[in-house]
Amino acid sequence: MSMDYWLILTSLIKIVGILFVVILPMVSYSVYAERRVSAFIQDRPGPNRVGPAGLFQPIADVAKLLFKEDFSPQHVNTFYYWLAPTLAVMPAIITMAVVPFGSTLLGVPMVIADLNIGILWVFAISSLGVYGIVLAGWASNSKYPFLGGVRSSSQMISYELSLGLAVIPIFLLVGSLRLTDVVRYQIEHGWLIAPFLGDWLNPAKWLLAIPMLISFVVFTIAIFAETNRLPFDLPEAEQELAGGYHTEYSSMKFALFFLGEYAAMITGSAVIVTLFLGGWHLPIPSWSGGFHWALIDGSAPGWKGVLGGLFNIFIFFAKVSALLFFFIWVRWTLPRFRYDQLMRLGWIVFFEIALVNIFIAAAIVTFFPP
Amino acid sequence: MAVTVARPRLNWRERIYFPAILSGLVITLSHFKRMLLGRTKVTMQYPEERNDANMPDHYRGAPALVRDTGGRVRCVACQLCEFICPPRAIKIIPGEIPGKDRFAKVEKYPEEFDIDMIRCIYCGMCEEVCPEQAIYLRKDYAITGFTREDMVHHKDKLLEIGGVMHGVVLKWNEKK
Repeated sequence: MSMDYWLILTSLIKIVGILFVVILPMVSYSVYAERRVSAFIQDRPGPNRVGPAGLFQPIADVAKLLFKEDFSPQHVNTFYYWLAPTLAVMPAIITMAVVPFGSTLLGVPMVIADLNIGILWVFAISSLGVYGIVLAGWASNSKYPFLGGVRSSSQMISYELSLGLAVIPIFLLVGSLRLTDVVRYQIEHGWLIAPFLGDWLNPAKWLLAIPMLISFVVFTIAIFAETNRLPFDLPEAEQELAGGYHTEYSSMKFALFFLGEYAAMITGSAVIVTLFLGGWHLPIPSWSGGFHWALIDGSAPGWKGVLGGLFNIFIFFAKVSALLFFFIWVRWTLPRFRYDQLMRLGWIVFFEIALVNIFIAAAIVTFFPP
Repeated sequence: MAVTVARPRLNWRERIYFPAILSGLVITLSHFKRMLLGRTKVTMQYPEERNDANMPDHYRGAPALVRDTGGRVRCVACQLCEFICPPRAIKIIPGEIPGKDRFAKVEKYPEEFDIDMIRCIYCGMCEEVCPEQAIYLRKDYAITGFTREDMVHHKDKLLEIGGVMHGVVLKWNEKK
């Protein structure tokens, strides 16, 4: 019984901590990073007035959005109009539940819900995000949001296929859908993006790197499409759709869409990190008793364990931040795809590549078991 | 008749996009890096950095009244600027110079001299028309205020902006 209370208490702390201490500040600061990085790429300074180097800009933004008039146009379908922003935020945040963001801290595993269906949960919940956008587009009762909603639904459906197919090679290899098992596997056998690391002379590992790299590229591109980021931001194309599905939204409801988009980016990056980039794991070179890679995690007794656990959490979010930078960097480099090019790319290129990749991975796993 | 524009045939490197995407990423990253190292300098941080030193002589900023080297207000309240002002921004109430002043009964003086800076279009006609060379367009350009009243420059403010004008008064001679 006391075990249950302990579980509930730690879970609550983890939920509140991950949501309010990590995800929401990360969202607001990724908006800041987006503005700063885009500015730097375009040779201008960006927001640098509020606080040192503009670091308090997100706070000012939030204050502005909170105090703006919450205006609902007359012609909208009120119930769904109000429902849509929450539906856009929730899936992005709930997805984070199964992602292990650290090893252990004081014996508590740093994952909110270690489900054995892991990645299926991620796909099931993150695809609900499309409802927020579709409902927003439909309830706004206006043509641009409607077009944005329609585009979004078709885009998400086409890219979810390759998203799902791209991860199958991983689970052929790992043999479990549980994300903590995926991380555990990567600690033992090398990160899945480069399985040959540390085992340089094993040709099977090099062979395995081919399907893994393909998986990684397809999965990352599909995540771009899934989170409506440029070059796949057709649902909210400013130039053609006047903002797309959130045209009719203002103040905090608009901010929720914004929040949902960036939270989806963060969870998307977290999933990529967990599946391909070794999760919270960072091998440290060690020379005690010959060269080997030391593993730092929270299992050591005393303060060393606590430090190790914190270090792992830090490593995880550092990796996520690096991926977020990549997302932003790509956004300010590539132009938007045309709608038919997007569909073509999804159905004719990535779907096939992911499908063939499964067979390659299966053949390698069968004939050259790593 | 519709003209069919021939699309260029792409070779395989162009068709898989990735080389082009990578070179694009390299370009944007190089811009990012240059900016991060402070090698790019395009934006002036306005309130801290100003270009005031490089302002051209013909710059037309806020109009202002000037004093001569003896400290006297040059304006004689002839109201020519008030009449010429295209947006009617200037309002002058002329008065007699009181008492025993040397110039009493000789010249008028402006009891009140208001320029509404919301209306002013910085055209410089007041400066051009002034027979006494009493009003000049100075180089002040950041005219701000919280209310409409704040934006009206009264006589003391105009004299403060204007300062002292040195040299002889050419009066009409130069402008004939």
